Amino acid sequence: MFGSKISDSMLMILFVIVVALVPLLAAPFGAGYPALMQFFAIFGIFAIGFNILFGLTGYLSFGHAAFLGVGSYSAVWMFKLLSMNVLPALFLSVIIAGLFALVIGFVSLRRSGIYFSILTLAFAQMSYKLAYSVLTPITNGETGLQLALDDPRILDGERVAGQLPSPTFFGLDMNATTDVAVLGMDVQLNVGYFFSAAFLVLAFWIAMRIFRSPFGLMLKAVKTNQNRLNYTGVNTRPYTLAAFVISGMYAGLAGGLLACMDPLAGAERMVWTASGEVVLMTILGGAGTLLGPIIGASVIKFAEAKLSKFNENVVEAWFSFLPEGLGDSIAFVVAKFVGDGWHLTLGLVFMLVVTFLPGGLVEGARRIGGYLGRRGHKGDLDKLGSNVQGGKSTTAE
Amino acid sequence: MGDIVLQILNGLDKGSAYALIALGLTLIFGTLGVVNFAHGALFMLGAFCTVTFNKLISFQRVTLSETETTAWGSPLEIREPVMEAWFGDFGLWLIDYSVLASIVVAIPVMFIIGVVMERGLIKHFYSRPHAEQILVTFGLAIVLQEVIRTFFGANPIPQPAPDALRGMMDFGTLLGFEPGRVPYPTWRFVYFFFAAAIIGGVFAFLQFTTFGMVVRAGMADRETVGLLGIDIDKRFTFMFGLAATVAGLAGVMYTPILSPDYHLGMDFLVLSFIVVVVGGMGSLPGAVAAGFLLGILQSFASMNEVKALLPGIDQIIIYLVAVIILLTRPRGLLGRAGVMED
Repeated sequence: MFGSKISDSMLMILFVIVVALVPLLAAPFGAGYPALMQFFAIFGIFAIGFNILFGLTGYLSFGHAAFLGVGSYSAVWMFKLLSMNVLPALFLSVIIAGLFALVIGFVSLRRSGIYFSILTLAFAQMSYKLAYSVLTPITNGETGLQLALDDPRILDGERVAGQLPSPTFFGLDMNATTDVAVLGMDVQLNVGYFFSAAFLVLAFWIAMRIFRSPFGLMLKAVKTNQNRLNYTGVNTRPYTLAAFVISGMYAGLAGGLLACMDPLAGAERMVWTASGEVVLMTILGGAGTLLGPIIGASVIKFAEAKLSKFNENVVEAWFSFLPEGLGDSIAFVVAKFVGDGWHLTLGLVFMLVVTFLPGGLVEGARRIGGYLGRRGHKGDLDKLGSNVQGGKSTTAE
Repeated sequence: MGDIVLQILNGLDKGSAYALIALGLTLIFGTLGVVNFAHGALFMLGAFCTVTFNKLISFQRVTLSETETTAWGSPLEIREPVMEAWFGDFGLWLIDYSVLASIVVAIPVMFIIGVVMERGLIKHFYSRPHAEQILVTFGLAIVLQEVIRTFFGANPIPQPAPDALRGMMDFGTLLGFEPGRVPYPTWRFVYFFFAAAIIGGVFAFLQFTTFGMVVRAGMADRETVGLLGIDIDKRFTFMFGLAATVAGLAGVMYTPILSPDYHLGMDFLVLSFIVVVVGGMGSLPGAVAAGFLLGILQSFASMNEVKALLPGIDQIIIYLVAVIILLTRPRGLLGRAGVMED
């Protein structure tokens, strides 16, 4: 996939190592706290799933957040009714989101192109609006679905009176964090992160199997030229529907995991700009590549957590070494791009990426790699040229 | 009967806004073949033209009174709008009618914004896939709304309608109902006529001017028009500016109905896209008809009798109609078959 010669098993092993080391790697950047690392993993799963649909088949869904929301609601209901164990909750999230995706996909996939986008958008907006209005008994409307003290939880035994339980994995509390000091840094090992990370690895592995399978090849063929497939007598609908349902189940899993980390679910997770966010993640990282969506999700979540925290005073401190007037005016401009204005930065970066780097950050890395490689071995120009070309054709798929 | 008339009237103002935005979207799509997700942001920019204009003309000069004092003993501040000091009664009139007056400012501003947008960004996306057009304009929409938020804050900024047009009018008496049966805000009536005038103007422009004829020819077959030695690109750029202006004016006039805030555009974007699809991609009459149709349907769905029958229908009626139309008649109400079907 990189035009390089890393084998799949090597990639998988590297991936597991990196994921396991995230608490250590993120700590120097101030990103090593549980909530953010959980977001890396969970939105990574969401984006991988979205990529299976958009990256492979080219169908741009603008309603994927609906599946995320449905997953969250299912998980919280499982916590309320059955048990605080996360496994049944996640199981139900995936199943319900899958069924939901089956229905919406069956209808939406009858159209393609922009009509498909509008249909998914319409369905997602309908779910969002209904969750706020008629479905209030299920979704608890604007307050959001929360745990309550008098929930049945039929499988759980004795409870501490007057205290809300937190989700567990056979006794392991999702919020439990062990602090370890490594090289003078405070590294936080959080159960919830490693639990989500395990699912991220699983999700990545399944996605890789799909990318390499005949099924994945068929999906790529749909993206390249669906008419031609139809003319050769292939019915593409079952393939695209399968991709849609799989990606819906990924979203459901991500929604379920969100609820496991923090057991509440609200309709705002389903609003259409939330669907837009996963599109941003996937494109920013690189649609149609294996690692791209995870990179995109992490970059956006990291930027959101970091940039939105800065305020004008922090920025002024950065530029305090400059002469008074100059520093202040630069700080004034920069301050518009951080804090509340970080969406502005996001929008600008996204526009630049779509315009100049349609393959996303992964293609950018590949181009830089190709450039450095060419300078390093001038004699190998031909071979590298073909490599770069191979890389480009992958993104064009 | 009175209720039905009232619901139709209620639907008209929303429908007018949908129709105006959808008209602009369709103009852009029909001429340039670009799916513009930033069109809602243009509507929002128009609304903020009014906000800015209103702020500028209501600057006040503060003088300290020499004789009167406040309850705390400090001199009383006398606030007087600068416009009044400069122009007298005309200044006051201008402040009262700031929403209408800002149209004069909004037209050139929106036109320039449209042309800059087309030349600076959209131009580079003609030959690229629709998905990338959607994405880059979506990014642009985010940027525009965030820029507005940095300057104007996140809270809605109310814009008063002119005094004379602020009240309710008794529309029912015109149709022979007893007085007080069909009350209707005057400004919404103004909005409807304004929208009708704009829509009529755009159609007349396309139908009865040579420029419009060339543009229509270009919409039908761009290549041939180009072969005839006409610089069709320049005309299409003008049409983009026109579409931006239409969206902007729709926003300007909508400010007294709904206080503008920075995400006004996103709220209207989804709905106006649905309007375009329901009307038929690329069909101007379709966009207008679907805009009014959906506006009226929405107001009927929010009647209590209907809500009692089908709970929640008022929330989803537009999306439901869109789904049904797309599945049964994919080309939309008045669209041609095969537009963007690939």
